[in-house]
Amino acid sequence: MTAQPTDIATYNFAYLDEQTKRMIRRAILKGIAIPGYQVPFASREMPMPYGWGTGGVQVTASIIGPDDVLKVIDQGADDTTNAVSIRAFFRKVANVAVTTETAKATIIQTRHRIPEHPLSSGQVLVYQVPIPEPLRFLEPRETETRKMHALEEYGLMHVKLYEDIARHGRIATTYAYPVKVEGRYVMDPSPTPKFDNPKMHRSPALQLFGAGREKRIYALPPFTDVVSLDFEDHPFEVQTFDQPCALCAAENVYLDEVILDDHGGHMFVCSDTDHCEKRREQGHRGHLAPETPSALEKTEPAQ
Amino acid sequence: MYVAVKGGEAAIANAHALLADRRRGDRSVPALRLDQIVEQLALGVDRVMSEGSLYDCELAALAIVQARGDMIEAIFLVRAYRTTLPRFGYTKAIDTGAMLVERRVSATYKDLPGGQLLGPTFDYTHRLLDPELAAGGDVAEPLQRASEADAMPRVSAILAREGLIEPDGDMSQDHIPGDITREPLEFPMARDIRLQALSRGDEGFLLALGYSTQRGYARNHPFVGEVRIGEVELELDVPELPFAVPLGSVRVTECQMVNQFKGSAKAPPQFTRGYGLVFGQSERKAMAMALCDRALRATEFGEDVVAAAQDEEFVISHTDNVQATGFVEHLKLPHYVDFQAELDLVRRMRAEHDARENAGRAEEKREAAE
Repeated sequence: MTAQPTDIATYNFAYLDEQTKRMIRRAILKGIAIPGYQVPFASREMPMPYGWGTGGVQVTASIIGPDDVLKVIDQGADDTTNAVSIRAFFRKVANVAVTTETAKATIIQTRHRIPEHPLSSGQVLVYQVPIPEPLRFLEPRETETRKMHALEEYGLMHVKLYEDIARHGRIATTYAYPVKVEGRYVMDPSPTPKFDNPKMHRSPALQLFGAGREKRIYALPPFTDVVSLDFEDHPFEVQTFDQPCALCAAENVYLDEVILDDHGGHMFVCSDTDHCEKRREQGHRGHLAPETPSALEKTEPAQ
Repeated sequence: MYVAVKGGEAAIANAHALLADRRRGDRSVPALRLDQIVEQLALGVDRVMSEGSLYDCELAALAIVQARGDMIEAIFLVRAYRTTLPRFGYTKAIDTGAMLVERRVSATYKDLPGGQLLGPTFDYTHRLLDPELAAGGDVAEPLQRASEADAMPRVSAILAREGLIEPDGDMSQDHIPGDITREPLEFPMARDIRLQALSRGDEGFLLALGYSTQRGYARNHPFVGEVRIGEVELELDVPELPFAVPLGSVRVTECQMVNQFKGSAKAPPQFTRGYGLVFGQSERKAMAMALCDRALRATEFGEDVVAAAQDEEFVISHTDNVQATGFVEHLKLPHYVDFQAELDLVRRMRAEHDARENAGRAEEKREAAE
């Protein structure tokens, strides 16, 4: 196209106007002050659809500054389409440095995973949350669930978990597994696999949760107690895999199943792509690893 | 051999280039100009302004062409822009009684002050496709005459004089209206907030809900007191100035629905109101909104809440098409981490199930053998 763009529409640094950022920061501060409590906020329309990370994007847009280094993952990977899109968005509207390396990022926005590399003090993990209310599928009405939280009335959730055991012999919740925060609020950890729940417990990083469509923000300040709900005779357990990563031979990490052919052939690889690449650079080899690891630029500075 | 793919960025860029190409279509066909859309697809522009909650014909037209005519996508584009605009004030409430009316019809009175004014309506057109239009035939210039400038009092005001209709809300005069674009929604909500949500709600969703009330799901015996379309003046109070400053005018459609009401423990027999107001010209939307508004007032009148259209949380939580389309379509995003967790669980449960079956069969065999 040769036509010059007109100034018919212009945008602020990190897209949101400063009034909105202030409003969101207030909600974040309130969330930090009451760990696990869902703070209502006046969520904005974002330039990506609701349900595609607008809550996380609003949180990130409100806390990001020109010196931040941003990492965005979806399903643990930096290269899934939506992660690429959100990273490109912040490159465009805030011109910040981006990275795929967990350790180098100051802000990590995530959907469905917590990185395998332990987070450190000073880092912020921003979760994209579809349905922030852990009680929603037990009670569809917001007016009711808010009362239940206020009265700490979580019997329904325990009944649900008990019914799972009665029916299936185990708690049949594998992701978005409910947690209790600082012994008070039952919280939805977002649809991360329960494998990641223990990483939330007393993490030195600040964890922020944004639900755009549902207009809620909640937070876990560093070193907050986060305990997965369970029973004495049915203690909480994380998923285990029978085989290591086929590319980097990592064990005790979360794996994706990749279908190789149409005769049932499959392999398991790390869901956290950065972790997998790092291990291969260090010389770890899985049984299906290619000979030469790809050398990729992992950090792009601000332009 | 499987190699982890790093192609997301290039794939997205290529997809968008293809989208741009498809959007433009055959280059030998002249590109649409925004003024053509504003002038000739005006009702589409109105819908985008109304549900996009931004009164700007040019931006709405840009959104429509950028969205390839997908209205919800266009509404989304407009919303995502308007939300970044700083607020510098709130206008005074518009006075639809002082509207420069282009169309006004009442179904409750044969004639009334100001008269019935059909205006530019599809009503009574025969829906026959027009080959002349396809051939680009010219349309005669309209006849114009001086406005009679008669006041056109609202039908609800006429009814109110006899005390037959409920008063126009019980909010105090100093009530400051809420703003759903600046404050989080909370349930139950006041009617001003609810009306805002309905006004930007999805036309199709409200149409279906309004229709459901007519078919007996929370029937509320509606009559169109009136529908009026026209320009209303906007005024802003500026702190330094002793008078309100006119900002210009906007075109709106207002529907006052008059509903029969037998009375209840809480309220005497009287006519009740359902109200609809939207940007631009959209009677369908304004009328559907008025039906839903009345249905949602059930608890106010002590009516039983028995149908979807009366359920505030249900209606308001699901009426926003930008939210709805986002969440429905997000199912396209990768979910393989969660799916893996479910696969693992189902495999384990299947294995246990098969083991139990096999054990049962072995048991049967053993018993049969004995």
